[in-house]
Amino acid sequence: MADNSDPNAPWKTLSGLGTSGLTALLFLYFLQFLAPVAAGEPVRFVWDWIPSLDVSLSFYIDGLSLMFALLITGIGAMVMLYAAKYLAGHHHYDRFALYLFSFMLSMLGLVLADNLIALFVFWELTTFTSYLLIGFLHLDPKSRRNALQALLLTATGGLAMLAGFILIGITQGTFELSELNAAGSLADQPFYLLILILVLAGAFTKSAQVPFHFWLPNAMAAPTPVSAYLHSATMVKAGVYLLARMHPSLSGSDVWVWTLSIFGAVTAVFASFMALRQTDLKQTLAYTTLMALGTLTMFLAGSTGYAITAAMTFLLVHSLYKAGLFLMIGVVDHGTGTRDANVLGGLKASMPITAAAAAAAGLAMAGIPPFLGFIAKEVAYAGALEMHLWLFVVPMSLIAFALMFAVAGIVAYKPFYGPQGQLPREPHEGPWPMLLGPVVLGVLGLLFGLLPGISAYYLIEPAVAAVMGEPDTGGRVKLWAGFNLPLLLSLITFGLGFLLYQRHLALRERLAQIEARAADLDAGWDRLLDHFVTYTKAQTRLIQTGVLRQYMFATFAVFAATVLVTLIARDVGGIALQFAGLSFMEWGVALLIVAGTVLVVLTSSRIVGLVALGVVGIGVALIFIMFSAPDVAITQLLVELLVVVLLAMAFLKMPNLDPSGSQSHSFPNAVLAVTVGVLTTIVVLLVVDQPFDRRLTDFFEAASWTEAFGRNIVNVILVDFRTLDTFGEIAVVAVAALGAFALLKGFARARDTKGGEK
Amino acid sequence: MNSVIFTAAARLLVALMFVFSLFMLLRGHHLPGGGFIGGLIGAVSFIVYSLACGPAEARKALRVSPEVIAMLGLGIALLAGMFAFFMGDPLFTGQWYWVGGDSYETAAFSINTVLVFDIGVYLVVLGGILSLAYAFEEET
Repeated sequence: MADNSDPNAPWKTLSGLGTSGLTALLFLYFLQFLAPVAAGEPVRFVWDWIPSLDVSLSFYIDGLSLMFALLITGIGAMVMLYAAKYLAGHHHYDRFALYLFSFMLSMLGLVLADNLIALFVFWELTTFTSYLLIGFLHLDPKSRRNALQALLLTATGGLAMLAGFILIGITQGTFELSELNAAGSLADQPFYLLILILVLAGAFTKSAQVPFHFWLPNAMAAPTPVSAYLHSATMVKAGVYLLARMHPSLSGSDVWVWTLSIFGAVTAVFASFMALRQTDLKQTLAYTTLMALGTLTMFLAGSTGYAITAAMTFLLVHSLYKAGLFLMIGVVDHGTGTRDANVLGGLKASMPITAAAAAAAGLAMAGIPPFLGFIAKEVAYAGALEMHLWLFVVPMSLIAFALMFAVAGIVAYKPFYGPQGQLPREPHEGPWPMLLGPVVLGVLGLLFGLLPGISAYYLIEPAVAAVMGEPDTGGRVKLWAGFNLPLLLSLITFGLGFLLYQRHLALRERLAQIEARAADLDAGWDRLLDHFVTYTKAQTRLIQTGVLRQYMFATFAVFAATVLVTLIARDVGGIALQFAGLSFMEWGVALLIVAGTVLVVLTSSRIVGLVALGVVGIGVALIFIMFSAPDVAITQLLVELLVVVLLAMAFLKMPNLDPSGSQSHSFPNAVLAVTVGVLTTIVVLLVVDQPFDRRLTDFFEAASWTEAFGRNIVNVILVDFRTLDTFGEIAVVAVAALGAFALLKGFARARDTKGGEK
Repeated sequence: MNSVIFTAAARLLVALMFVFSLFMLLRGHHLPGGGFIGGLIGAVSFIVYSLACGPAEARKALRVSPEVIAMLGLGIALLAGMFAFFMGDPLFTGQWYWVGGDSYETAAFSINTVLVFDIGVYLVVLGGILSLAYAFEEET
């Protein structure tokens, strides 16, 4: 492929392997926290960031964040290794490695952050990096559109969430999650409802709950490793993580229970039907991810030990099997050239390792003992039976899990053991870097199930303790919990799931018919964007007419109005004008300024007007000199000079002014000009009327020599006492010059091209 | 502008004005002057030159494009300000080093970031105004 033509190919491969290795090292680093966290000793790191705003870079490692950190780095390392092979020879592979690694770090920051503001920053960083990843195949307009959709939707939710965080910070006086959670539920606090709605808006958009779900299947436009990573343990789980993280503070109200139960259950059931409907296996997996997110949300509605244990166990098992299945689909796609469920079949002979890995992941997904998936399902039923809304939650879980069983068959059984179809390519087994991930993840799913005590002690129970705010000693994670209601429900699930799998083709057709008639939210999104663009265009046309004169008029009119309103509201009283004691020189300068102004208004020649303006400026400079401010006077004179020169250059190319009075807009202009002039005069007189405050003057006079070693106070202020201000000013000068330069050059080029066409 | 007298005078004036602008820059800490004023004078000197000999000639005399000068100045000013940060002071605190003594009174002269900052200001003003003026002039 492109390997030969690209001299940087070895470096690109290295960039992928290097990031994978770094991520694996991070994984090893986090492993050391397992023992202390399991023993109930969370670790906290703090660095000050913006102390004045109470924002710190604090990281908190407890059961929940540690489980996420291990999943993120562990799966991340395998996905990066996989991608190095999957995208080998892609000319932007190095870019991809950068995006994926940045995403991994952002995600890691998100789950470890203890400060709400830091969490928000990492949250939006995952949004941006996932935007780059989803839109990685940027030449495809669909890919770009879907990336933008995910960005807009999740970023909007993220902003709502920020508002919620700020409300929490204001009402509770802290942004630290560990302090907030220790303080208990906010349910009886003022603004609780508003905070809850805002935070849920962030969590639900990120975790793609119905009706914000449509971006997730669309995000499948990304290369398979991205889907495997974003939709198993990371990006979409961020919303669920937030719900779990803030569970101690935000739960404890009926609103929490109802909202999460209903949104979660509807999402789970809707998504599992949609998963059955798809024929592209990647899309199928996308919808099962949606199902998992719905299920997790649903169980986080509860506060009992079983509900939370169910959420955490399912979170773990889903991350493992979903990443494995996505990677497996990539291997199949790579080996056969298709992902179509109707075509794939009989691959067990040609792809034995993939088939074994897929079987492990599929059995975990279907919830067959002794895989961890089975335990997750058992605990889930036990949790569902304990919930307030069990009458609603239990049947919904049953439908979702049964459909999940059927989908597991479609994804993991049928392509390998089903009837052979017409494949675009002779199937072949994938290379080892692509197989490592699916195999390891599949084996882990089995091991965690076989050793429930260990997985519970090190991973699940610490996470449950973090969510519940107290250690959970129920010993709920067991492979064999005896003959009970959850086991019966499991058996019903298997039976129902098997039936659904048998009849899935007919069911799929029926679902397609329903889908054709249902409202299409995705198309609705496009319409919404179209309307928004139309609206913004209309608004821009209204406000930004492009006529400089109108901008000036609006600016001065606003100025005049605000000053006038302030003057009237403050009732400033009368002003005493004193002309006595003015020297002959002062009268002369004033006369010069007035004469210049009158000439500017009356002349019909731009050059005369310009020179007259110069006279006004020089008059002002003379005043500065009379009041012994040489620095200001010199600057004023030089600026006046430059303005005249620059404007003269511009005016040479402009037509003469219309003879005065003939323009329709001159009357309102005159009124506005007189108003602004009179108001400015009044304001200046009022300011001068105030007793002069000498404190600053005294300070600068005293300090400019002793502290800054300069005798020219103006300069010392500019370059020492107020350096930051000066720096801001010269930055403005530089940017303004660049902007005007670009504008002038741009005009010149536009005119040149136009001239060339003629 | 095709005036022999102006062109001939400009060559002399420009050199004088430019040196004067440097003079104003350097004396600014104690007497009227400084980076802003110096930069303005420097800009005027090159504008006079470009009026006399055309913007192409003036650009050649300047050697570096004015936009680069402006950005360079901004960078120098920023570095001068950052220096305090590396020395453990708040950003933009003036740093003074005495040569041949240990205070202003005894030292022969001083090396300080304040002047470096002012040189940055000078370059930004010079470059900013010249980039504008040249663009205007070349706008035909």
